[in-house]
Amino acid sequence: MSATLAGVLFTGSLVLALAVVHRPLGDHMYRVYTGTRHARPERVIYRLVGVHPEAEQTWASYARGVLAFSAVSVLFLYGLQRLQNHLLLSLGFRPVVTHQAWNTAISFVTNTNWQSYSGESTMGHLVQMAGLAVQNFVSAAVGMAVAIALVRGFARKRTDRLGNFWVDLVRGTLRILLPIAFVAAIILVIGGAVQNFHDPHTVQTLTGARQPITGGPVASQEAVKELGTNGGGFYNANSAHPFENPTAWTNWLEIFLLLMIPFGLPRTFGRMVGSVRQGRAIVAVMATLAVISVTLLSFFQLAHHGTVPTAIGSSMEGVETRFGVADSATFADATTLTSTGAVNSFHDSYTSLGGLMTMVDMMLGEVAPGGTGSGLYGMLILAVVTVFVAGLMVGRTPEYLGKKIGSREIKFAAAYFLITPICVLAGTAVAMAGTWGRGGTLNRGAHGLSEVLYAFTSASNNNGSAFAGLTANTPFYDTALGLAMAFGRFLPMIFVLALAGSLARQGRTPVSEGTLPTHRPQFVGMVAGVTVVLVALTFLPALALGPLAEGVH
Amino acid sequence: MSVRLAEAPRTAPDAPAPPGGRVQGGLLDPGQLLRSLPDAVRKLDPRTMWRNPVMFIVEIGAVWSTVLAVSRPSWFSWLIVAWLWLTVTFANLAEAVAEGRGKAQADSLRRAKTDTTARRLVGWAPGGPVVEEPVPAPALRQGDHVIVEAGQIIPGDGDVVEGIASVDESAITGESAPVIRESGGDRSAVTGGTKVLSDRIIVKITQRPGESFIDRMIALVEGANRQKTPNEIALNILLASLTIIFVMAVATLQPLAIFAKANEPGVPDSLALNAHGVTGIVMVSLLVCLIPTTIGALLSAIGIAGMDRLVQRNVLAMSGRAVEAAGDVDTLLLDKTGTITLGDRQAAEFIPIDGVTEQELADAAQLASLADETPEGRSIVVFAKTAYGLRERSPGELAHATWIRFTAQTRMSGVDLDDGPGGTRHLRKGAAAAVLTWVLDHGGLPETDVAGVVDGISAAGGTPLVVGEVVREAGTDRARLLGVIHLKDVVKAGMRERFAEMRRMGIRTVMITGDNPLTARAIADEAGVDDFLAEARPEDKMALIKREQEGGRLVAMTGDGTNDAPALAQADVGVAMNTGTSAAKEAGNMVDLDSNPTKLIEIVEIGKQLLITRGALTTFSIANDIAKYFAIIPAMFAALYPGLDRLNVMRLHSPQSAVLSAVIFNAVIIVALIPLALRGVKYRPSSASKLLSRNLCVYGLGGVVAPFIGIKFVDLLVQFLPGMS
Repeated sequence: MSATLAGVLFTGSLVLALAVVHRPLGDHMYRVYTGTRHARPERVIYRLVGVHPEAEQTWASYARGVLAFSAVSVLFLYGLQRLQNHLLLSLGFRPVVTHQAWNTAISFVTNTNWQSYSGESTMGHLVQMAGLAVQNFVSAAVGMAVAIALVRGFARKRTDRLGNFWVDLVRGTLRILLPIAFVAAIILVIGGAVQNFHDPHTVQTLTGARQPITGGPVASQEAVKELGTNGGGFYNANSAHPFENPTAWTNWLEIFLLLMIPFGLPRTFGRMVGSVRQGRAIVAVMATLAVISVTLLSFFQLAHHGTVPTAIGSSMEGVETRFGVADSATFADATTLTSTGAVNSFHDSYTSLGGLMTMVDMMLGEVAPGGTGSGLYGMLILAVVTVFVAGLMVGRTPEYLGKKIGSREIKFAAAYFLITPICVLAGTAVAMAGTWGRGGTLNRGAHGLSEVLYAFTSASNNNGSAFAGLTANTPFYDTALGLAMAFGRFLPMIFVLALAGSLARQGRTPVSEGTLPTHRPQFVGMVAGVTVVLVALTFLPALALGPLAEGVH
Repeated sequence: MSVRLAEAPRTAPDAPAPPGGRVQGGLLDPGQLLRSLPDAVRKLDPRTMWRNPVMFIVEIGAVWSTVLAVSRPSWFSWLIVAWLWLTVTFANLAEAVAEGRGKAQADSLRRAKTDTTARRLVGWAPGGPVVEEPVPAPALRQGDHVIVEAGQIIPGDGDVVEGIASVDESAITGESAPVIRESGGDRSAVTGGTKVLSDRIIVKITQRPGESFIDRMIALVEGANRQKTPNEIALNILLASLTIIFVMAVATLQPLAIFAKANEPGVPDSLALNAHGVTGIVMVSLLVCLIPTTIGALLSAIGIAGMDRLVQRNVLAMSGRAVEAAGDVDTLLLDKTGTITLGDRQAAEFIPIDGVTEQELADAAQLASLADETPEGRSIVVFAKTAYGLRERSPGELAHATWIRFTAQTRMSGVDLDDGPGGTRHLRKGAAAAVLTWVLDHGGLPETDVAGVVDGISAAGGTPLVVGEVVREAGTDRARLLGVIHLKDVVKAGMRERFAEMRRMGIRTVMITGDNPLTARAIADEAGVDDFLAEARPEDKMALIKREQEGGRLVAMTGDGTNDAPALAQADVGVAMNTGTSAAKEAGNMVDLDSNPTKLIEIVEIGKQLLITRGALTTFSIANDIAKYFAIIPAMFAALYPGLDRLNVMRLHSPQSAVLSAVIFNAVIIVALIPLALRGVKYRPSSASKLLSRNLCVYGLGGVVAPFIGIKFVDLLVQFLPGMS
């Protein structure tokens, strides 16, 4: 079987599995977020935190909940890392240095999971389990909560209430993420991923050197790492490490896990706004962009234009032999399209244009299908912008799902899509302006520039994958990337919630023949077009000096 | 129709609405561009420019490049500087041209505003003594009474409280035929500046000083206090945020370019890139090409031109918001009479009774109606002529005929004919009961058929008139009924098609009528409206509007009477007829000077066209960016990374010519699109989906392709300029 055919089968089976699963999963999530009953453990949690689960919140109060919870999480995670030597299961590691602890805390709370540390030699088991793994669940649940609040804005009318953040957070964690992660972890253990508390096991390598092998609660963390589009690996090598991702079929499973919630949420959205086909249109936009992207990335990887890949007949550098080029390319594409950021191969070593695609994936704004929750709200914002520009062409004040897109709405939507490009471009520019940033690059010239551009793209879009090559554990990069992650996560969330508030206050305009239909292929094509032209093209000048300069001959 | 409009420099304002009422705009006169140039230059003042964030950025860029060009002059930099200034000027030109058209109209309106002396009445009360004093018109206050006689100008807006007069309103409406204004009822409003042609009226002034209808018209057509409409504000926000993104994209490129240049020390400096990064001139060029200048330049012109298109149709919109709302209308409330049907009922059928031929009945009916001057009577004469070829006979033509005129008391008209010796023939036509009684009185037998036919017509919403005959020979009367005339409301030609179009556009039409539900249904079915409100009282109308609005729909209606005022105020688009009361004119947000209720449909189309034009040009503007990237990015960096020359798909002559061509295309496209902005994108009533496909194809796809061709073409020309290699 040729590599291409194998790649097509691999990707095709993923598409098929996602198509089958997105419906029941989306329906399940719909029931989770619209149900009125509280389970007993949930009641206990509400009582402990002192939340009245029936009381709904305004957008501002919802946003305050998001910010307060995240702030507390950052402080907790920071403290845990700084004090790990005094705590249990530290494996004898010292406290994490300040700038790295800040970076890591922000990184996990923002669902970015950028890792400037290497897991097995920095973090004890307690930090990994009570700190990082917990954030893997709740940061994903926060993203979903915000997305659901936006959907409620579309679904409701003449109200200022968007639901209860704490209820959404708890339900997302307990009823969606935990059960799926539990099952997935067991399957991963069956596949060969480790799950233990053993002390490091020292082995003699082939060359005669002695190497300590650290075990740990890997499978459990791996499952939610993918499911919650987190991407922070237990080991530095992330999903390339055989303890995290042992075989070709666990590789398939991990890709499936990281895509399933983002592709399921549009169904939930469709159910909540009372029109399944609207959800189908959103999922179609995501799928269109994703399929184009994975095709291009695989093509660039398999065509291997570079000197070395051509010489050896394959672009195998940085790729695990047990996965191969095509499956690695699919993983790379899925992880950059979903804001997961887990890697099973090294993007730095990809062909220039392959590397370019991983960046473009993120530059789309993490919407195809994007992170858990953040993908849906990002795509809905793009739909709002599309409706605004194109909707005028049908001769009416633009409206989406019966909600008029006026100056207030467009103000929030425009602010949303301003944030990430500004973080990416300003961050890269500052880094390239002096030795503080230039010093960290492994390569000179265009490839060095790509490393920095990739880092800020990944951080601002809350992806978390790295181009490798860049020495990111410096005070400058830890601080700057930490800020990019924080701004790139919370400012857009505030604008999303503000938009939701203003949508919910409106009535609903009934649909007529004169209304722009937002469920047809025509609209799907338009949203995809707007995403590419308005969002991705912004980065073309910067890309021209990085991967494009390298890749076009 | 148009005295006033004929003075304004534009084409065929008095052409009737073309079949189907397609929205058209005036054409652009090239001379107008030249005339507006001084205005355009005046608008370069930064205090004016900052209101338009996109073009303000271009102006700042132009100033900055001028400084750079002065310090390090070259052919290339001066050419770029010149075209950057032209870009800003072209944007101002668009606005100036749009405003210029309004100014011309305002000037002719001002001529109507002559200073008159008013004859104010002191302590006047209805029926009281008339004591008058002369005061200058501007000194009149609300509530003053003035007297105006034939030949005098009405000094201010108000309502007639006593008397009746014919008034020449051509100064306002352009319509030269005089109109009747009388106290009470719905035709009491008079406008300052119009002239009383006959009789004498007492007018109660309703305007505040300096706020007359003409003053407001002048302000409106001049766009003096033009405020941005909600959608315009929203679009401006989007354009501003796009501009910010591109400013960021261009500004942050500098450190990257410096880094890249430093890594390739062997590459010589060029006009685009040196050790200090991308040169200022090229940086500004890239920015100006990327930010949405096309729509930024034309946005306000589109808005002004939209209002102007309404004025051309003799509709005054009190706010741009109302014009935008017109595009959003979901429900149209249309009065039956005058809008859907011709004003009066007309003969549509002759139904003879056994033994009488249709021809006989038509002949009798026509004869009996010759002395009937009511519109119904005239329609019978005309119908007999057109449908049965019966020549219209004038009353004087027949000898020995006695004409019986129609009166409200007898409810009959007719003729007594002298048929020769001893014989006379009497014909009567009129209300069924009256004619029946007349026939019975003359010894005729009641025909049961007739009652059936009469009831049938009534049930179907028509009006039955009966024709009877009495032949008197040798002292004996032979009386009989000849048949029935079916009068009905005649739906105006083309209305059915119009409503079908409305339906395709997603607009629901509701007919409002005072008729009973049966009649209303018959007409509604015939006209093809979606719904009707029968036996409508003003409060029913109001309730209907509120009900529609609660469902989230926008409602448009027309009205003229005082009791329409609350509904006009409640409706999202309320078009008051100029013939109506001042209360109605105050309450509505538009006034139709022609008082043609059908125009509501055109207003909706203009509103839609305005929004479509904005959307189309925004799409076009954004789509243009793709080609510009392909022109400028290789020009900037191909020297550094030769591979990037592959992006130069247009094979432009040199980096300098590429940058200059992009800047020139960017400027010229603004001028090229001014006519489109002023005229509006062609609008065909159809479903949203079809409209979108078409516009997306023309302006989206066209927007991607056009600049590739345009920039290449400009490049072929500018490569011969100095400094291009």
